[in-house]
Amino acid sequence: MSVQVDPELEVPVSVDTGSRAAPRKHRRLRAFVRNPTFVAGVMILAFFVFLAVFADLLCPGDPLDMVAPPVLWPGQDMAFPLGTDSLGRDVLSGLVHGSRASLVVGISAAAIGLAIGMLVGALAGFFGGRIDTALTRLIELFQTTPTFILVIVIVAIGEPNLETIAMAIGLASWPTVARLVRAQFRSLRESDFVMAARSLGYSRWRIILQEILPNALPPVIVAASVMTANAILIEAGLSFLNMRDPNIVSWGGMIGDGRDQLRTAWFLTALPGAAIALAVLSLNLVGDGLNEILNPRTEP
Amino acid sequence: MALLSVRDLHTRYAVGKQQLRAVDGVSFEVGRGETVGLVGESGCGKSTLGKTILRLVPSAEGTIELDGADITHLGEGAMAPHRRRMQMIFQDPFGSLNPRQTIRTVLDTALKVHRLGNGAERERQLQEIVTRVGLPSDSLDRYPHEFSGGQRQRIGIARALVLHPALIVCDEPVSALDVSIQAQILNLLIDLKREFGLAYLFISHDLSVVRYFADRVLVMYFGRIVESASHATLWRDPRHPYTKALFAAVPSADPTHKRVAPPIKGELVTTEQVRGCRFHSRCPAATDRCRAEEPPLRSLGEGHHAACHYA
Repeated sequence: MSVQVDPELEVPVSVDTGSRAAPRKHRRLRAFVRNPTFVAGVMILAFFVFLAVFADLLCPGDPLDMVAPPVLWPGQDMAFPLGTDSLGRDVLSGLVHGSRASLVVGISAAAIGLAIGMLVGALAGFFGGRIDTALTRLIELFQTTPTFILVIVIVAIGEPNLETIAMAIGLASWPTVARLVRAQFRSLRESDFVMAARSLGYSRWRIILQEILPNALPPVIVAASVMTANAILIEAGLSFLNMRDPNIVSWGGMIGDGRDQLRTAWFLTALPGAAIALAVLSLNLVGDGLNEILNPRTEP
Repeated sequence: MALLSVRDLHTRYAVGKQQLRAVDGVSFEVGRGETVGLVGESGCGKSTLGKTILRLVPSAEGTIELDGADITHLGEGAMAPHRRRMQMIFQDPFGSLNPRQTIRTVLDTALKVHRLGNGAERERQLQEIVTRVGLPSDSLDRYPHEFSGGQRQRIGIARALVLHPALIVCDEPVSALDVSIQAQILNLLIDLKREFGLAYLFISHDLSVVRYFADRVLVMYFGRIVESASHATLWRDPRHPYTKALFAAVPSADPTHKRVAPPIKGELVTTEQVRGCRFHSRCPAATDRCRAEEPPLRSLGEGHHAACHYA
């Protein structure tokens, strides 16, 4: 008994054949562009990155130098369009150079948090059993400690420079990523393609790095943008509390310095505050957009 | 010496505080080049049995021997050479392929992991296998989502075949496919079996597929094998009430055809501990003896075995 196989038969039945990689990439790209919140987030973020990269060209000189009479209001002297603070420092220059501290701390803290969180989450989710129990306890231990307090303690122990601050924020924020990655690994390790990889004799590390990790990444990428935003906020909070490198201008520090003139010169706190809000907003918009774009259920 | 020999195999899952006995004392053999069908309803432990044999799920008791070598407790490293000898084809053609790897990566990695051939040889093998399973020759650099269900299943078959195994566990390989595609895939499997001298353990809940395909059939119920026979014997003379009920459940094209056994009622309960025959609660012919004493799998002659007191 044999059924005649018509090689042509399968073509009309198949629904998604013929969609080659190239048009698919274009569709991806279009999905990016069509998502207005994502585009807005990317544009604002790109603006801040531009400021950070070209700060020395845009506003030459040390932003901490006293260059003008104190407390010039915005527009009062066109040489200092956003005015000066109580020590006669240029606010515009401070904002432009301050984007560096915020972005550097935000991105490096998120990178540290991602690295630790992904490692812990992957090990816990993949191996399960006792390793999982032990690592989950560790995650819970960190999660029950308020993030900001933990960061303050770590920075208070070390030097208040950018490296310590980034490290502290990273150390305090990894549990979220770890939980996320753990959940992904737990479900993916039971999937058929991982079973197939095991039956082909792949080593554990190959399965973790090559089979599971690439499929676990989308929600992690989304989390990364939100983590960066949170790190920027925490850095601003620390600077406000004067736990900062006194030789580097930062937005949080500018708010802290302007606090005393809140009733007479509110712009000294409002402007850096707006910068922080915009940067955090842009990262959250990017996160939301990525969530929609990378979500397999809304696959273009 | 049989290619695969399974003795008194048990697999248990923890479900809360209870234990689910997915596979509960199964013994059978698969000879070289033989196709053994494994039938049973959903949740009876067919897939778990297949995965336990491939050491993808840990076994609780019993032994698995491949080519006479006991592989039941081998570690990851020691297991590696045996992995080449047996492979698996999965039910879901969508979930069984990593969506982020091209077909080339899927197939080539398997060869690389087992250090088979240099770059040029591997490339030639990949081309050969892709054409052999009936995929277009430009498939290698494409991703799984660019293929239809039937084509993806061909990719799964190519992956199972690339290491030239002796045994392939087919876990419902066609049940997720359209009927027209099913026949193509089944015929491909039959051709490949002839060409490469493969042995199959063919898991299915579809009796017509098993009948078309298998030399010998094992009927599984509730983690145990309740009847085993050559496919001719089984269809001519089913002895276990469960097997009879399974056959009766197949819709007949002939409206005058009389059912050989009443349909079974109720559902498979897999966590509760059962005394006596595990089929007694659903069996139309159950007696007090069935409720008290578990029937062993006993020989009825001509390689026909059934686990029923009254078979």
